[in-house]
Amino acid sequence: MLNYAIRRSGQMLVTVFVISVIAFVVIQLPPGDFVNSYLATLSGGNIVTQDAIIALRSQFGLDENIVVQYWRWFTNLLQGNMGISFQYQRTVLDLLGERLPLTLAITIPTAIFVYLVAIPIGIYSAVRQYSPTDYLLSFVGFIFLAIPNFLIAIIAIYIGYRYFGGSVGGLFSPEYELAPWSLGKVLNMLQNMSLAILIIGTGGVAATMRVMRGMLLDELSQAYVETARAKGLSEWRLIMKYPVRVAVSPVLSTIGFVLPALISGTEITATVLNIPTTGPLLLNAVRSQDMFLAASIIFVLSILTVIGTFISDLLLVWADPRIKL
Amino acid sequence: MTAEATTPVAPAPVATSDGVAVRIISPRRLMWWKFRKHKLAVASAIFLILAYLATIFAGFVAPYDPASRSRNLYAPPQGINFVDETGQFHLQPFVYGWKMTRDLKTLSPVYVADTTQKFPLRLFVQGEPYKLFGLIDADRHLFGVDEGYFHLAGTDHFGRDLFTRLVYGAQISLSVGIISVFLSLVLGLLIGGISGLYGGWIDNFIQRLIEAIIAIPTIPLWLGLAAAVPRDWPPLYQYFAILVVLSLISWTSTARVARGRFLALREQDFVTAARVYGASQTRIIAKHLVPNLMSYVIVTLTLAIPGIIIGETALSFLGVGLKVPTVSWGVLLQESQKVQIIQFYPWLWIGPAACVVSVVLAFNFVGDGARDAADPFSR
Repeated sequence: MLNYAIRRSGQMLVTVFVISVIAFVVIQLPPGDFVNSYLATLSGGNIVTQDAIIALRSQFGLDENIVVQYWRWFTNLLQGNMGISFQYQRTVLDLLGERLPLTLAITIPTAIFVYLVAIPIGIYSAVRQYSPTDYLLSFVGFIFLAIPNFLIAIIAIYIGYRYFGGSVGGLFSPEYELAPWSLGKVLNMLQNMSLAILIIGTGGVAATMRVMRGMLLDELSQAYVETARAKGLSEWRLIMKYPVRVAVSPVLSTIGFVLPALISGTEITATVLNIPTTGPLLLNAVRSQDMFLAASIIFVLSILTVIGTFISDLLLVWADPRIKL
Repeated sequence: MTAEATTPVAPAPVATSDGVAVRIISPRRLMWWKFRKHKLAVASAIFLILAYLATIFAGFVAPYDPASRSRNLYAPPQGINFVDETGQFHLQPFVYGWKMTRDLKTLSPVYVADTTQKFPLRLFVQGEPYKLFGLIDADRHLFGVDEGYFHLAGTDHFGRDLFTRLVYGAQISLSVGIISVFLSLVLGLLIGGISGLYGGWIDNFIQRLIEAIIAIPTIPLWLGLAAAVPRDWPPLYQYFAILVVLSLISWTSTARVARGRFLALREQDFVTAARVYGASQTRIIAKHLVPNLMSYVIVTLTLAIPGIIIGETALSFLGVGLKVPTVSWGVLLQESQKVQIIQFYPWLWIGPAACVVSVVLAFNFVGDGARDAADPFSR
């Protein structure tokens, strides 16, 4: 176990390194270096001395070659210095500290929601294969797989307006927007967050449900299931105790794909629903080519998925002794 | 079983010793038979073929020019009628004209069907001139009205016909999927093939790269890459830049499949047999490995197209992908970033949304059918 954890963390460090290179490429792609864009965004009121420009350039090593620049950026990054956002005139770390908790507060419950809902539905579909309910669930699953998150968000806004006469979106409803913290405000926030979780989760549920169904169907046709049934085990216990446990572990290991997809979904849905996660921040950064901010957000989000996958891998090894160490 | 055992032998029917004629079925034909059994996949494939044909003949299918404006701003879709206001049935379908009033509170236009104005619908009507394939002058349209106006999907804030814009938008949105997927096919086969062929540290490096790309949430990375596309580029350049951005991420799945199949096939007996017979490395790759690989790769690609179409739509919707005057489904959805549009003019987002969802759904069904067909062990 310890051995596996060490080997796996080594692998993780390599992935983090590659991601940092990709993030750096994202910073470098737009034409012109960042001090120029920085100066261009400063309003007339700010006077920048030549010394300050030189200091900025040397801090990020802009006069040196690209490898040195990358190294400066990467070591700065490791020390928590992610550069400055031109647009907000604040450090990137500051901005991330403000927005990131909400991204996590939405993504993590969504992941739990996806697996909690998808696994039972997948089990039901597999056990009652070709029943009307199975067909219905598969059909609905296919449809939700085809509707991108942001369209579901748009539909939610429309339904909210049309049938409930309320506005959908924002972290708080208008009446709580400026109110001081209270129990009502917290409940209101949770309500808005759960709507976002529902919207972001649908695609994940649809996908995971199908994987679970397929995996369990493979297991159900195995001979050991027949043996257990012949020995007179009750159907419920038989399915829950053996095939489901075998089928669940590859389903849970899809988290490496599900987590990035959920974060993608969170970012775009939050933009439509106007929830202040890192999503709207990233979009603003991208629109104004505020590349340090954009790349830092991409980097941090990716690191979060890498860590999430790492933790779930360790849990899987711990839970399923058949996985090779 | 017999078919499986005899497929690799000869392409002509042969009689076995016991006198029973055995037809030799090529794997491709076998796949086609299996695919044909998947009714939903076949229906989806036909739908997609029609959709792509419509984009080729966009000028003919669309009743108007995508830029021409009418006096009806923000008009909702006109329903097609067979029965008129007196309850009489007409074989010739017709639409009612709109009578516009203004909501006195919000000042937004309110349209009421005007039963005194009846425009009969006709096929192959003469209408606004267009250039078929961008070359041939023409003015016949698949359907339309001789006088008056017909907006099947409503109009936008300039009074432009939304159905027309959806057809022209399909040209961009659908071609992005296909072209991007071909770019990722080339990248994926090349990189995946190199990875599987050489192994060692090259394989290791490529696998780490793929893992890293998969770990990065797609939309944020697409956003970051799309930010580099200069805003003052002409639409055609932007289109190709977005194509490249989309394929830069989606090649990973093809590469994984290609490498995995490559490694598995390399150990197969028929490859060893070919090697024993003295076939060169190139011949083994071209003649034995790639054909066996292709069905899997094609399935992966079909399943990758929906992701790319959604990607383009999402990027354009967020305003960092394609931009006006280019018309794509994502660009049409851009309007719906305003809550008022979502609430008061729902046809403006329902139209493009329905297009995206039905095309994505169809590709998913075709991909599913193709996957079952390509799997020799599926029943």
